[in-house]
Amino acid sequence: MTAKKTPVFVQRRTYRRRRVADGARLLPVFGGILFLIPLLWEGDPAGAEAVPDGARTAWVMTYLFVVWFGLAVLSGVLARFLVAEDDGGDEEGDS
Amino acid sequence: MVTLNVLVLVCLLYVAFLFAVAFGADRAALVGRGTWLRSPIVYTLSLSIYCTAWTFYGAVGFAARSGLEFVTIYLGPTLVMIGWWWTLRKMVRVGRSQRITSIADLISSRYGKSNTLAVFVTLVAVIGLTPYIALQLQSVTLSFATFAEADPFTDAPPSQQSTAFWVAAGLAVFTILFGTRNLDANERHHGVVMAIALEAVVKLFALLAVGVFVVWGLAGGVDEILARIDSSPIARWEVPGSRWVGLTLLSAAAFMCLPRMFQVMVVESEDEDHLRMAAWAFPTYLMLMSLFVVPIAVMGLELMPEGANPDLFVLTLPLRNGQEGLAILSFLGGFSSATSMVIVAAIALSTMVSNHIVMPIWLWSTGGGAMVSGDVRSVALLARRLSIAMILFLGYCYFRLSGGGTALAAIGLISFVGVAQFLPALMGGLFWRGATRSGALAGLGVGFVLWLYCLFLPSFGASEIMPYSVMQNGPLGIGWLRPQALFGADGMDPVIHAVMWSLLLNTCTFLGVSLLTLPKPIERLQGAQFVNVFQHSQTPGSWSGGLARSEDLMIMSQRIMGASEAQAMFSKEARKQGIAGYLPEPTPDFLQMLERELSGSVGAATAHAMISQIVGRATVSVEDLMAVADETAQIMEYSSKLEAKTEEQARTARQLREANEKLTQISVQKDAFLSQISHELRTPMTSIRAFSEILRDSEGLSEEERNKYASIILEEATRLTRLLDDLLDLSVLENGQVVLNSQTGQLSDMLDRAVSAAGVQDRLRIHRRREAEKITLHTDLDRLAQVFINLISNAGKYCEAPDPALTIRPQAENGNLVVDFIDNGPGIPTDQQAMIFEKFSRIGQTKAGGAGLGLAICREIMGRLGGDITYLPGQEGAAFRVVLPLREAATVQAAQ
Repeated sequence: MTAKKTPVFVQRRTYRRRRVADGARLLPVFGGILFLIPLLWEGDPAGAEAVPDGARTAWVMTYLFVVWFGLAVLSGVLARFLVAEDDGGDEEGDS
Repeated sequence: MVTLNVLVLVCLLYVAFLFAVAFGADRAALVGRGTWLRSPIVYTLSLSIYCTAWTFYGAVGFAARSGLEFVTIYLGPTLVMIGWWWTLRKMVRVGRSQRITSIADLISSRYGKSNTLAVFVTLVAVIGLTPYIALQLQSVTLSFATFAEADPFTDAPPSQQSTAFWVAAGLAVFTILFGTRNLDANERHHGVVMAIALEAVVKLFALLAVGVFVVWGLAGGVDEILARIDSSPIARWEVPGSRWVGLTLLSAAAFMCLPRMFQVMVVESEDEDHLRMAAWAFPTYLMLMSLFVVPIAVMGLELMPEGANPDLFVLTLPLRNGQEGLAILSFLGGFSSATSMVIVAAIALSTMVSNHIVMPIWLWSTGGGAMVSGDVRSVALLARRLSIAMILFLGYCYFRLSGGGTALAAIGLISFVGVAQFLPALMGGLFWRGATRSGALAGLGVGFVLWLYCLFLPSFGASEIMPYSVMQNGPLGIGWLRPQALFGADGMDPVIHAVMWSLLLNTCTFLGVSLLTLPKPIERLQGAQFVNVFQHSQTPGSWSGGLARSEDLMIMSQRIMGASEAQAMFSKEARKQGIAGYLPEPTPDFLQMLERELSGSVGAATAHAMISQIVGRATVSVEDLMAVADETAQIMEYSSKLEAKTEEQARTARQLREANEKLTQISVQKDAFLSQISHELRTPMTSIRAFSEILRDSEGLSEEERNKYASIILEEATRLTRLLDDLLDLSVLENGQVVLNSQTGQLSDMLDRAVSAAGVQDRLRIHRRREAEKITLHTDLDRLAQVFINLISNAGKYCEAPDPALTIRPQAENGNLVVDFIDNGPGIPTDQQAMIFEKFSRIGQTKAGGAGLGLAICREIMGRLGGDITYLPGQEGAAFRVVLPLREAATVQAAQ
């Protein structure tokens, strides 16, 4: 495998680190989209008591908390792998 | 039954406990034992002051009124927190590297340390947070009232106004005791942070306890509560999209802009790496805080009588169900939420007020700044204490004015929109170097005015400050200026309406004015330091001491820090510098250290101003710096010019030296030549004279003798003529008066001619390759032959090998004829190779009496023919290379 050579291995690590940082930047966007999804379910018009299939608070609440928990876990995992070394250059170029 | 008195006692005990914790933490930090104080978990917990009484009481009320919408207030911060790598990390880094003491400090620092901006931000923050503080007062008042109602021993429960007043007064005392006991360097309050962390645990525990009690105690399990939610009035998912998105964004913005959040997140931050834990732990905390909100709201709606205040369900549900212990815990949770928020907000705001408003005014009014008598430290402390009291008083006034009956969440949102106005200036300052002070001021101004007009003033109700007619028909009947339907945006939710217009116009103004205005140099400097904080060094610019007088500095420091501390610091520094006594040299390092120490007491801007007053002209303003930079650039340019000149001079000098050497050498050679030539001339002349005299004076000479003498005379005269011919030839060649006579011929013929003319066949073997010599030439053959003859005869004359031999090696190369003449003698020493083509040059005292003109003539001839003759080093003997262009010969000739 290519990882046997030291330089390739180091570059791979740097590459990984950069992608982890990208992931960390994308996470709030991703989370924002997930939090917006319940808006799509808001199907039943006012007074449509007859539509029992419309989204219910209980169900949306479960969804939100699951997503919330998932984001916290993901954020924790990313935070473990984020390294502050790549500040230079990378920072300017990406943000 | 819990009596009101018991409750007050519990409160006081709890406060005393918190105070003890804070005191202990401060002590531990002072003696340096408190590493656990600086753990990421404490940092994360301290962030939870985001969850105030609004969360503790208001979220349930919010949920009871509008269902899941309450959660947006926690989704925004969650998104900001998980995006910490982007924004928060930068804020914290900037805060640490620039020694920022508050959000007003950050914004003013970014835009060129502008105090105008700092004052403005401070005012906006104070006004914006007033409703928020009122909210805390209201929640504590309401919770007291709830217990009072249930208290059978109190016949006349105290009025809400008086409760609120006493709560405000109590909180003010509490905050003053907590937050302004000492003036820490860098504005860090270990004790307060510790107490807040503890309160965070208490409120989370209390809310979770109530939640567990409601779900498992009242509802009877998870499935049961889900079913009840499904059949409750808030069962349907019907959140307006605009509010869902708008409130999420608003809470995210407020999370970053709230002065108290900034205080715990940036100012109190010990280590940037703590964000790593907060990145997941804080969203989890928020999630847990929100977990039981809907169940509590649903059960409250179901069990509590019609008209009960949903904001107090957290308290009333346990109370009504006889769980007094739980109710007290819940009360303490709410009390914790309110107090921690008020303490930190008041500390943050009072820091801003004292650093940016009171201290500058005080310094200005006292004229000489630190030179006048009076303890600056006590002034700073007093300013902060008064600020805290004033802030709480404002909160109380808002509570009185708004009537105390508004939903908690609605009050909180007003504050959020107010502080969110900082967002464009803050983010623009952190990420855009083009953001200017004017842009920030204009944007902030527009946003603030719109917020006042659309949200803050209408919040007092239609009749009091903003008349009903204005609300309904707009000012002066202009419909499109109606506060809650600006520019015809009718039918929008008031909060979303205000968020949209204020932030939109704020951002647009900020961007537009920034694009149009030019930043001052200091703004550009700070902008670069902020935006590129990860690339720049940590030091924010140093003092150049020298003119500062240590004694004055010491007098000032004593007034701010207290005499003993200042003396200790100064003497320590003096010892470090190796000076006895109390007055160290005002080195830049020392001044920077002093400024940092002072900034903890009076704020960075003020400390900077005070030191610059004393250090005086030695302080370099950025304008000076720029001028200096210009000057430096000029000096550098000048010096580089000088350097270039020096180099040139050195080069010229070298050339001159070389020329001189050559001249000296030539002169030496000329002398030698002259003696040589006089000798050369004299020898034949002597012979000629002597033999002429013999011929004239002697009689009886035989015919044979006469012939012999006459031929000697002739021979010598010929020699003289040849010598003179050579000299003439050379001078003609050098002056370019030579006429070339172009002919066509074979190289081999020419060499034959030259070899025979040189007359050296008897003592020199000549190696030639006939087949290589079949080259047709078109040039002045006689002149070329002269060169060849010279080279061949030189070889004959100077080759000292026992068996002298000369190799003639012709070849055609790149359109040139190249003929090498290589003998097998000792060659020419390297140091003389450069000289051999000079006139009169002769190598050593050679036996053959050449005049040293031959090679000089050869060189001149070859130059005339468009070719060259060079010495070819590195061969077995002396080697000369003759180069002659084959084709250009004609053109060169034509040019003559």
